[in-house]
Amino acid sequence: MPPVLQVRDLQVSYYTDSGRARALDGVTLELNPGEKLGLVGESGSGKSTMALAMMRMIKPPGRIEGGQVIVGDTDLMALSEEGMRKSRLSKIAYIPQGAMNSLNPVLRIGAQMIDAIRAHNPSESRAGAQERCLSALESVDLKRGVYKMYAHELSGGMKQRVCIAISILMRPQVIIADEPTSALDVVTQRQVMETLDHIQHQLGCAIILIGHDMGLMAQFVDKVAVMYAGRLMELSSVREMFTDPKHPYAQALIRSLPSLENKGVFQGIPGLAPSLLRLPSGCAFNPRCTFVMDVCKSTVPAFLPLPPSERRVACHLYTTGDAEAMSVSTRAATPTEKV
Amino acid sequence: MAPLLELKNVTKTYSRGLINRTSNTALSNISLTIDEAEPTIMTVAGESGSGKTTLAMLLLGFTTPTSGTIFYKGKDISTLHGEKRMSFRREVQAVFQDPFAVFNPFYTVDHLLSVPIKKFKLAKTKAQARDKMDEALTAVGLRPDDILGRFPHQLSGGQRQRINVARALVLKPRLLIADEPVSMVDASLRANILETLRSLQRDHGVTIIYITHDLTTAYHISKSIIVLYRGGVMEAGDVDKVIKTPQHPYTRLLIDSIPWPDLSRRWGETELKAKEPEGGEKTTGCRFAPRCPYVMEQCKTPPPLFQLNRTQTASCFLYGANPELEPERLSELLPV
Amino acid sequence: MASIAVPQGQVRQPGRLALLLRYLRRNVSLAIGLFVLFLLVAFTVTGLLTVDPKDAYPLAVRSKQPPSLEYPLGTDFFGRNLYAAMVVGMWQTALIGVLAGGLGTLIGTILGFVSAYFGGWTDSTIKGICQILTPIPVFLIQVVIAGSLDKRDVTIYTMALIVVLLAWMGPTLVIRSQVLTMKERQFVSVAKLSGVSEWGVIFKEILPNLLPFIAAAFVTQVFAAVFAAFYLAVIGLGPLREPLLGNIVWAAQSQGAFFNGWWWWPTWPALAMVLILGSLALIIMGLDEFANPRVRRSE
Repeated sequence: MPPVLQVRDLQVSYYTDSGRARALDGVTLELNPGEKLGLVGESGSGKSTMALAMMRMIKPPGRIEGGQVIVGDTDLMALSEEGMRKSRLSKIAYIPQGAMNSLNPVLRIGAQMIDAIRAHNPSESRAGAQERCLSALESVDLKRGVYKMYAHELSGGMKQRVCIAISILMRPQVIIADEPTSALDVVTQRQVMETLDHIQHQLGCAIILIGHDMGLMAQFVDKVAVMYAGRLMELSSVREMFTDPKHPYAQALIRSLPSLENKGVFQGIPGLAPSLLRLPSGCAFNPRCTFVMDVCKSTVPAFLPLPPSERRVACHLYTTGDAEAMSVSTRAATPTEKV
Repeated sequence: MAPLLELKNVTKTYSRGLINRTSNTALSNISLTIDEAEPTIMTVAGESGSGKTTLAMLLLGFTTPTSGTIFYKGKDISTLHGEKRMSFRREVQAVFQDPFAVFNPFYTVDHLLSVPIKKFKLAKTKAQARDKMDEALTAVGLRPDDILGRFPHQLSGGQRQRINVARALVLKPRLLIADEPVSMVDASLRANILETLRSLQRDHGVTIIYITHDLTTAYHISKSIIVLYRGGVMEAGDVDKVIKTPQHPYTRLLIDSIPWPDLSRRWGETELKAKEPEGGEKTTGCRFAPRCPYVMEQCKTPPPLFQLNRTQTASCFLYGANPELEPERLSELLPV
Repeated sequence: MASIAVPQGQVRQPGRLALLLRYLRRNVSLAIGLFVLFLLVAFTVTGLLTVDPKDAYPLAVRSKQPPSLEYPLGTDFFGRNLYAAMVVGMWQTALIGVLAGGLGTLIGTILGFVSAYFGGWTDSTIKGICQILTPIPVFLIQVVIAGSLDKRDVTIYTMALIVVLLAWMGPTLVIRSQVLTMKERQFVSVAKLSGVSEWGVIFKEILPNLLPFIAAAFVTQVFAAVFAAFYLAVIGLGPLREPLLGNIVWAAQSQGAFFNGWWWWPTWPALAMVLILGSLALIIMGLDEFANPRVRRSE
């Protein structure tokens, strides 16, 4: 089955007063229909930029400088402005961070949803559009009455589910959700995530969940991609990521997660993420890496597959391919086996 | 010796409107004792609207209770003036959630550290003050030369929050209220900040009240926990017991909803039975009753605290057979 | 949103002056406004040092002379050396502007602060008075007051007072709304926690952040004062003897300057007024961008 989303070598830079910041430096990944991908990274790693780039919503001083984003069989980067506008929401939908706060306060929910439909299908009948909105609301477990309500009458969780409903109106192939639950409490968060899961099964679309909460990833996604300083460091299945992470940064992230077993043990990652204006030469993580070698400081590691699985890593530990490197990687595996 | 801080039957309500007064009970009849002799870390856990922020404001003296009293070393804090008030300020401090909001954008970040040093006379000369700032910044993993002299917008969120914590280190108060200190900080930095807080308690005898909605970090850092919901204590006690064997239906719901980074504890296994909270409902009985899957006829009257064992109590009629616990004795069940 | 952290210890901090100049390059209106204002101030100052102020009054020199080497800006019907008149007039305009502007801003800042910080009845009263006085047609009241004064009582100081009377509400409301937001900000709570007294909070924590707003309010007040002085004088309500720019225009118009071919007489004061008001307006626009962080484009 062909992948529903292919991102190839995406490059985005921001031209600021202090210089050029490489927000995305050659990001490549693939998503199959019905798959859920989690994109994790610290703030400043480029994950939100990734979402905006895929939607071609990067504004100056940012610029998309290269790469392809292929949804189905259309390269979004090659489309005209009008073509891209039509594709947003219909082919690829985006739920931005804090979406629930950007619902129009003076329009009823229904009016906003109809707006979205009309922008793509101006000829659709009012009754037909309304029915589509109502069934979308039902899919996200909201009462049909919400159609007539205003944003301020809804709770945070309900507003977020309205945003999800808007995103599924045109039955897109890919939905990008950027930190959809960051402002919600833990119970509502679970409800919203379960709603997202439910509509994903209904629609069969692929979902990209952007966030920094590894716990949420463990509960929800099939694959995890770790970003650091604008580059992908590792892309593995969720099971592989949590039991046997390969990239030193991913390993450190997994190690720093608190669990119910190791009470009182805190493991942070020393050092700071580099500024996107001044990336270190070679691998961006090399100043903080415990396994750093000479080659890491001079050559950027390629994002290569690691057979026999479909996972990929950008690390020199795995490019030499000899026995020594493999034994290093086994040592690197964390002891937190929780199968 | 009088306890450091004591809340006696404190209730705080906010009311609005001139003609139709609507009131909202933020905290209801809370009693708590914090002793100076045994520094500990206590978590106050709850979602938004639980009253945890109100509790922080009350403890810091930023707002006064509607009823009940707060005592600092035996004296009502609303009567403190002059020197005594300065002493209260000196000994009860806070670390706030938003790393950016605590900085005055007009000044460099030094201002955050230098003002308390000056006001509380923590150093006699400028050089001494600079030394103290350097020491605190180094202790949180920052390089003073890279930090001092900069403006807040020039630093990252993680750096700013570390400076926030460094401020607490410089002050070494008796009681530190940490209001969601790591929720706006990246995962990799949380460990560092939490570890600093722990060392404050362990090595410098500071009692910390850790306010959060994140039960995972709470479990790791504290000894005892109070779970609040809509202004009332739902469950309290030893943190191991409460998190591993929660008794109150609300606590159970919270624990079940936590996204554990653990593939063997998936959400799918425990069903979410609680209903969606509707806004603005007035309840005369148990505050959790509208959402509780075990609600009974009895729950129309507010349940008192029932003692479940030596270090755990829950406010739920499911445990009506257990002995009742007066709110004033809550602190006795919290281990240190 | 991505936060781009400045790399440690690799970038030397540019001084405040360098930052200011860099900002001016981006904020064009502020730059041009300040420049023009600077030129006007330079003109006035050099003029005051080189000219005999008595020449600015009637019967000082030969009248009705066109611009020449002896009289660079010409002279008027009454025998004023227009160059001297311009210099003195600009100086007086500046005086009115700064006096009235300064007074209005001072009142506004104090009232606004008190109202916002202490709240309660004080706040309601001050806010109420401001809101009641604001819709009053300012021009009308100024004309009535100026017109009913005895001619001898009208001096530049009384003009300044007339202007301030109905101008202080604006700054009050602006400062009040800024203080209202600012006193809830967390850095104020932290300052209190650090032992800062109430007055310390007002002067050391809140006030410095209000400087852009106070500056904007000041320039707006100066603008209003200068403009009011001009239009009141143009309709003949100014202190007639003084060489205020508006007076000169009024006199020129009442003597039919253009019909008589004395084109230079009203031209210089009009041109000067356009430059003054224009530069002030540009500065106000520039300060607006500076004070409002949302309008300000990437610092």
